[in-house]
Amino acid sequence: MKRTLLLAIGALFTACASTPPPIQTPQMPQPTPVLPPPPWDRPSIAQGLELPVPLGPLVVIRNGTLLLATGRRITRGTLVLDKGKIAAVLDGDVPAPAGAVVIDATGKYVTPGLIDTHSHLGVYPMPGAAAHQDVNEMVAPVTAHAQAADAFWPQDPGIERAVAGGVTAMQVLPGSGNLIGGRAVTVKLRPGLSSRAMHFRDAPDGLKMACGENPKRVYGEKKQAPMTRMGNLALQRNAFLSAKKLEREWEKWAENETRRLQKEGKKRQDFEAKRAHRERQKNLCNSSVPPESCEQWAKEWEKPLDEPESSDPIEKPPRDPGLETLIAAMHGKVLVHVHCYRADDMLNMLALSDEMGFRVKSFHHALEAYKIRNELASRGGIGVSTWADWWGFKLESYDGIPENAALVHEAGARAIIHSDSSEGIQRLNQEAAKALAAGIAAGVSITEDDAIRWITVQPAWALGVDSKTGTLEVGKDADVVLWDKNPFSVYASAEKVWVDGVLVHDKTVAKPPWSDFEVGQENGEIDAVETPQRGQKQ
Amino acid sequence: MRCFAVAAAMTFAVGNTQAQVGQPANNKPIAVQSTNTPVTQKTIAVVGAKIYSGEGDPIENGTVIVIDDKIKAVGKDIAVPAGAEVIQAKGAVVTPGFVDAITHVGLAEIDLEKSANDESDSKGDDRIRAAYRAVDAFNPESTVIAVTRLGGITSVGVVPSGGVIAGLSAWADLTGKGASDALTNTSLAVHVYLSAGSDPQGGSRGAIVRAVREAFDDARFFQKNKSAWERNQSRPFSAGRLDLETLSLTFGASGAGAKKTQPKVPVVFHADKASTILSALSVAQEFNLTPIIAGGAEAWKVRTTLAKAKVPVIVNPIQPGPDSFDTLGTRDNNAALLHEAGVPVIISTGETHNSRKLRQLAGNAVRAGLPHSAAITSITKTPAEAFGMGEKYGTLKDGKWANLVIWSGDPLELSTKVTTLFIRGKKVPLVSRQTELLKKYRVARQ
Repeated sequence: MKRTLLLAIGALFTACASTPPPIQTPQMPQPTPVLPPPPWDRPSIAQGLELPVPLGPLVVIRNGTLLLATGRRITRGTLVLDKGKIAAVLDGDVPAPAGAVVIDATGKYVTPGLIDTHSHLGVYPMPGAAAHQDVNEMVAPVTAHAQAADAFWPQDPGIERAVAGGVTAMQVLPGSGNLIGGRAVTVKLRPGLSSRAMHFRDAPDGLKMACGENPKRVYGEKKQAPMTRMGNLALQRNAFLSAKKLEREWEKWAENETRRLQKEGKKRQDFEAKRAHRERQKNLCNSSVPPESCEQWAKEWEKPLDEPESSDPIEKPPRDPGLETLIAAMHGKVLVHVHCYRADDMLNMLALSDEMGFRVKSFHHALEAYKIRNELASRGGIGVSTWADWWGFKLESYDGIPENAALVHEAGARAIIHSDSSEGIQRLNQEAAKALAAGIAAGVSITEDDAIRWITVQPAWALGVDSKTGTLEVGKDADVVLWDKNPFSVYASAEKVWVDGVLVHDKTVAKPPWSDFEVGQENGEIDAVETPQRGQKQ
Repeated sequence: MRCFAVAAAMTFAVGNTQAQVGQPANNKPIAVQSTNTPVTQKTIAVVGAKIYSGEGDPIENGTVIVIDDKIKAVGKDIAVPAGAEVIQAKGAVVTPGFVDAITHVGLAEIDLEKSANDESDSKGDDRIRAAYRAVDAFNPESTVIAVTRLGGITSVGVVPSGGVIAGLSAWADLTGKGASDALTNTSLAVHVYLSAGSDPQGGSRGAIVRAVREAFDDARFFQKNKSAWERNQSRPFSAGRLDLETLSLTFGASGAGAKKTQPKVPVVFHADKASTILSALSVAQEFNLTPIIAGGAEAWKVRTTLAKAKVPVIVNPIQPGPDSFDTLGTRDNNAALLHEAGVPVIISTGETHNSRKLRQLAGNAVRAGLPHSAAITSITKTPAEAFGMGEKYGTLKDGKWANLVIWSGDPLELSTKVTTLFIRGKKVPLVSRQTELLKKYRVARQ
């Protein structure tokens, strides 16, 4: 109302004034210039390079026991998958809509797709061969610029076998030979011809770091740094300090570039204002009643009004993908995963993370997490990715106990069962079952509905994808496993596995292998020779 | 079942000759011993259990009688002798102590720590290390032993590795005692590693087989011409004297002049690739050896041959897939196919610290089609017999060592645990360094 009135008065003034307005540049507030995002801002190097995801048909799974991984189960429920998402989770049976693929799961179990926070499939693929060593760039202890996505071989025969174990997503990491091994990538386990094609849409990359024996052994044996745990932490600190330096350079650049753009904007604004003012004067002077000052104004018009010269953009800091990855880690864009066994190593890493300002998303292996479980719980969110029973293969793994996951869970920290193994990833359900049994035997109050979370939603959380997968909840990706028996039984197998609603594994149907490597390999009996006799036992 | 578990845990004792009286949750005493039992003899009766004797179908509601260190009787309607300590095991399962035929238990305390690992001769690039004996390095105090026992395992093959012929294994009962007590066979088998990459000198599969053939040939020549060798009138050999002596054990006869034929020490050929397995069988035939195949990822491809020759095969049912060029034909039903064809199947972990996973491996073989009873046999009777230990081990039978395990349920199932474990008739405490660590750090939440 008020505004309209003012405008009306203004219009009247313009039309009727006999005195021209004074020449002045309007002092409009400068809008903050929008700078292009710095190179470390992208959470995944695969982002934007993914292929379209095929979304599955309408599937109705009836009468199964649904382990929701929310802490609840439905003993006789219905799960509806549609267009790649979980469309309904229902207690009881419902009539299936027309056109749906109907699966009777009577006596069977349904869980979210299993997720592994720690795999080297594709970067340390089968068959083990010199040509397949793509996991550890052990030429320098800090190789944050290395990217698992660049080495991932999607033809690894281990991938299909992991799917047959009910796994639908995994993080593929560089190895632990280096202090900072590089970027990890999270993929969905559907057939694809590159890591980008298999990339879990919108999943952030991980940053792989390592504590303890491995890096100091690898480089110590070469008489290089790090040779000790002291060297480990010192070099990791240095790496983050270098990243901070680069980050400051980017901040400086952003400040200077902003100032330049603002200055340029100001010049342009002044120029535009002057030009507009002249236009206005000319219009007035061309009117039927020209103002008296037109003659004086015209002198001013003769002076040239040059376009403002544009300044050169300020040069950006040099690209450094390794340090950029560390900056991204400090900004929480890339999630930090640290290979660490001993309690003291983990506490030292947490001290470093506090000092440098990054957050450890998950410790991996973490065999002594049970010793510091309250510390880990009190920090709110730190994942503890561990095994059920690996121990003793190196000194820092000497104190591993089977109750680790259960004790961590009991303390309120996030227990995760991971594999770090082409065998273990095929049996995450069995690994969780062993860890559950050990916990129960130790008197920890836990159930299957807790333990299913260790291999579904908790790893999903550690990989930053728990809003998309990890539970049977409406709206989540249709990453689902149908088990022929209770998955905590050694006798259970994944009968069917869906990724984004697409059936990627069906135990009851023989299919050609996913992996091109396995196509056409002789796989039959070769008995043809004269049978050697075993002298003594004939 | 749970009541039983609690009671059993309350009554363990090593070598205890006193009566054990536990008070389970149902308030029934579970172990009773009358006062007039002679102190010189201890009789234990496990009653009411489902018994897997190591062969054949299980016995429901059966009884096992143990006198001192031996099994006396097993069956359905067996009278409990007066004065016996009775262990009520209703709902529980009894099996022979499991046998993990290929392990490095007692040799490696920490794999990657040279000073805590005696698994291998570790001597340069020698191919032939036959005289490296597990008995010489076996550490009865290894913490791995107690951890392994908690997996229901009472005996392991203690196997050296490294080189093409790695050495001589031993059979260890997990008593925790020294070699003279624990190792009941110190010349268990000679171990030959044939897979690509086994040769410290980098030879191909063919070079490896050639080296093996040469070593056995030298051993045969040495055995026949020992006196000539001692007079320095022999040919040069590809291996040392002790290596050749050890290899001679696999021929049976103890020397040219020996009157009595000794039982042949079997030769375990560690081989996965089908063609390598056939090469191993051909070497075995050439030298008239008693072969056992270990690894055997592709053994199913040559199962007819293996069955005809009655060669036992030691497999790992969780072999993850074609993880090397030796294992391209890996199948999860390898054990089932071999069993079906009549091959004696042994399941083993090949592990050290996780030998305790043996029952999980057997469970996975069942998942892939091996009958449950055959899976139990593959970790009890078959390994005992294949290694010539069947007289005292492998089944619950009169006269055999009382190595037995009482389980809370199906021993192959992951939620099942060991509730009582006997080695040679003695209850062994179900503790390990790991249970001690748990105790130290276990503060129940309020």
